[in-house]
Amino acid sequence: MNRSLVLRATVLLVAGVLTAFAASAADKAATAKVRVPLPRPLDSGVNDDPYPSAYRPLPSQPAAIVHATVLTGTGEQIDDGVVIMSEGRITAVGDATTAVPPGVRVIDARGKWVTPGIIDAHSHLGVYPSPGVASRQDGNEWTSPNTAGVWAEHSVWPQDPAFQRARAGGVTTLLILPGSANLFGGRSVTLKNVPAVTTDAMKFPGAPYGLKMACGENPKRTYGTRGQTPMTNMGNVFGYRKAWLDAVRYQHKWETYRTKLAAGESADPPDRDLGLDTLAGVLAGRILVQNHCYRADEMATMLDIADEFGYRITMFHHAVEAYKIAPLLAKRGVCSAIWAERSGTKMEAIDGIGANAALLQRAGSCVVIHSDDTTLIQRLNQEAAIAVGAGARAGIPITRAQAIAWITANPARALGIAEQTGTLERGKMADVVLWSGDPFSSYTLAEQVFIDGAVVYDRHDRRFQPRSDFELGQSGAGEFHP
Amino acid sequence: MISMLRIAGLAVALSCGCAAANAASLAIVNARLETITHGTIDSGTLLMSDGRIVALGTTVQVPAGARVIDARGGTVTPGLIACSTNLAIAEINQIAETRDDGGGTRISAGFDVQYGVNAWSAQMPVARDSGVTHAVITPLVGVAEAFDDEEEHASMQGGGENAGAYNALFAGQAALLRLDASQLPVMRAKIAMALDLGQAGAQHGGGSRAASIILVKAALADARHYARNRGAYDRGATRTYGLPTFDLEALIPVVEGSVPLLIRVSRAADIRQALALARAENVHIILEDAQEAWMVADEIAAAKVPVLLDPQDDLPRSFELLGSRLDNAARLQRAGVTIAIKGSRNFNSLRPIRLNAGVAVAYGLSREEALRAITLNPARIWGIADRAGSLEVGKDADVVLWNGDPLEAMSYATNVIVGGVEQSTRSRRQELQERYSHAEDGYPPAYH
Repeated sequence: MNRSLVLRATVLLVAGVLTAFAASAADKAATAKVRVPLPRPLDSGVNDDPYPSAYRPLPSQPAAIVHATVLTGTGEQIDDGVVIMSEGRITAVGDATTAVPPGVRVIDARGKWVTPGIIDAHSHLGVYPSPGVASRQDGNEWTSPNTAGVWAEHSVWPQDPAFQRARAGGVTTLLILPGSANLFGGRSVTLKNVPAVTTDAMKFPGAPYGLKMACGENPKRTYGTRGQTPMTNMGNVFGYRKAWLDAVRYQHKWETYRTKLAAGESADPPDRDLGLDTLAGVLAGRILVQNHCYRADEMATMLDIADEFGYRITMFHHAVEAYKIAPLLAKRGVCSAIWAERSGTKMEAIDGIGANAALLQRAGSCVVIHSDDTTLIQRLNQEAAIAVGAGARAGIPITRAQAIAWITANPARALGIAEQTGTLERGKMADVVLWSGDPFSSYTLAEQVFIDGAVVYDRHDRRFQPRSDFELGQSGAGEFHP
Repeated sequence: MISMLRIAGLAVALSCGCAAANAASLAIVNARLETITHGTIDSGTLLMSDGRIVALGTTVQVPAGARVIDARGGTVTPGLIACSTNLAIAEINQIAETRDDGGGTRISAGFDVQYGVNAWSAQMPVARDSGVTHAVITPLVGVAEAFDDEEEHASMQGGGENAGAYNALFAGQAALLRLDASQLPVMRAKIAMALDLGQAGAQHGGGSRAASIILVKAALADARHYARNRGAYDRGATRTYGLPTFDLEALIPVVEGSVPLLIRVSRAADIRQALALARAENVHIILEDAQEAWMVADEIAAAKVPVLLDPQDDLPRSFELLGSRLDNAARLQRAGVTIAIKGSRNFNSLRPIRLNAGVAVAYGLSREEALRAITLNPARIWGIADRAGSLEVGKDADVVLWNGDPLEAMSYATNVIVGGVEQSTRSRRQELQERYSHAEDGYPPAYH
């Protein structure tokens, strides 16, 4: 620190002390006669949504898909089914006798299948965009084991060309997470997969925030190799508990403050802290915990920590060992976001098995098939099919009607948006995929994708094949399929 | 060991008085046979004896005493050929001491993956289980860097602290494995010399694509000179070379045209440079990855250069593959290029090659050509088409029985046969699944 900086710091310090002294003296003098209102940004909790969604559905016209094989996402398969969409909502789902109102565009889907829009519950699109150059590595704020105060939405680059590919794979909603370098990685954001110039125009209206937490090897490797905590698994757990302790204290201070104000007493407001705001949001049940965790024993420990501090874990991500504790996860109502059989990339991932999904399903546990990958996100339907095949081989038959929920209804539940989307039911958002055939086949492609009833992708109509700004004038021109 | 076993088998056959051929015979009946070279045969029989295919068709008589597998309508294909992988030379990505797929810091062209092969790798049954009977194992430049299938982490490692630390241009020599139970899986060694061009090549070349090409040409010139002047070299009477002799020795078969360069390259402009290099240096090349190959498909076809590719590559993940397209495979095939379809390099988290073939079909490759691209085409590219890649009389009995269409995600291999012998596909995955499916009896899973 050079001398002028020291001098400036000293001046600031003195000024600060004087101000604080003056303020507390003034408080005492005023004694509840005049209360200066706390400026809104300093008041934790008065504005839970400072970066609101600016999403508006694209233009749509009422449409009826008829003669389709319909997988509703609720466990039902309707042969020769009908799905009707109007004003962004699903207005009817049923068999061939379902009445189609006059004036509605009719899509003859003979030989084709219809499912809810695919939801990827683990994606880094936008925060680790293509091309993966050093200046766009915006997914891991790996400067401290606890960065609960960062928000993934402030890293999303909406021009990431991977959004277009994912949409062509039927993905209508994504959970964008910060990375797993930290114990507390920050807030996730739920996006509607529509092309937009600004990220707020992709934000799923009303979706709750998530908090990314990470178990295991990544945090301890990131910090341990720097000689910092956490260096071990016990260091990880210490780090979680310390943070939750701070959060409980923080929540208590604010509650005390509000209680006193409500009683007409004077009270000093606690200092607002952006990271603790997020953790307090979890304690209050407003923010959902999305917990990267591979090993069964670590998941069990995380559940104990949640009990100790009074919060819920919504989903374990990359849970390759979830099958080992399937009944526990079922009992606790925690979802497992998994790949079909991908495993073995590192020590904590070597016990992954193809029957993970089937064993969880059999135990009545919530299964989500996720991608965490820019290529896999385009074929989540096939990833689910691989898991179905592995189940059949293990003697656990899973129907298509059940398996589609792994990539629609179940992730909707884990994202806290099951009331709005994830199934084909009257009144829900018309997030729908029309497939060229059985969605569990390698040969099948999404033909049309609807978000809130609007055609956002059409495989055979270039007007509905949006391209990112980045790809204009480049060698591929954003045309990634014939 | 093998010959002893064979003799023992023969002795048993003789002592029981059966015909030796029959004792070693295996038949698959009621199968849909994907012959690759002669179309599909429905309700067919495939007869194998003494490690070879001896008959196939709808009227084949199964000899008495032959073991019979009833396919119940399942499909038989030739064993699949993984055309560029790290099988048996890398176990767990992020555990460096389990990885022998990079040549390290002291060796370049001379590196040879065959010496690091672990026949007892836990990945071998995983590979067989995915219908793979042959795998081409190819090296990487330098110390193999841990890569994570979690994208966040690949990125977290920021291109690797080691990037640029090695000036090894060549990754080294590839080998071909046959996944039989002999525990001697190396079928052929020194089958190609791997080389990165483009972005990675620029790194190894000191920071520029152009520099890497010049250095490669200089290395080939050194190899030629050294080959002609070994005696003079030993007397210390030659000019100095840019590479040690163990690297130059390995490059001699390349400059003599008996071993191809396996060139990993993405950008169309770099593919052109690779083709020009092959012409100027009179060497054979195979292209790997080649995401922008469709842009110069006719030039690749005219040069008769085969391409190993991943049909799912459709993202502009870097500035050298902005033209990635899902119909790269279909377009190359239409232009007359011989293509082989890759799966993930890593068997641990393999995107099976068969599913990549299915994706290629969805984007315009015929199903017949897609099957060929995971069987006969790689067999031809890697020089084993006389023994593998199709169901033909006289070829090795290396075949897979599937419970359905092998290109479909829900299908799986039920029987994997190598050398006429049914292989165990029992893997850690299966054992874990059985252990955790065991009925509750008060004892922890470790007892089951």
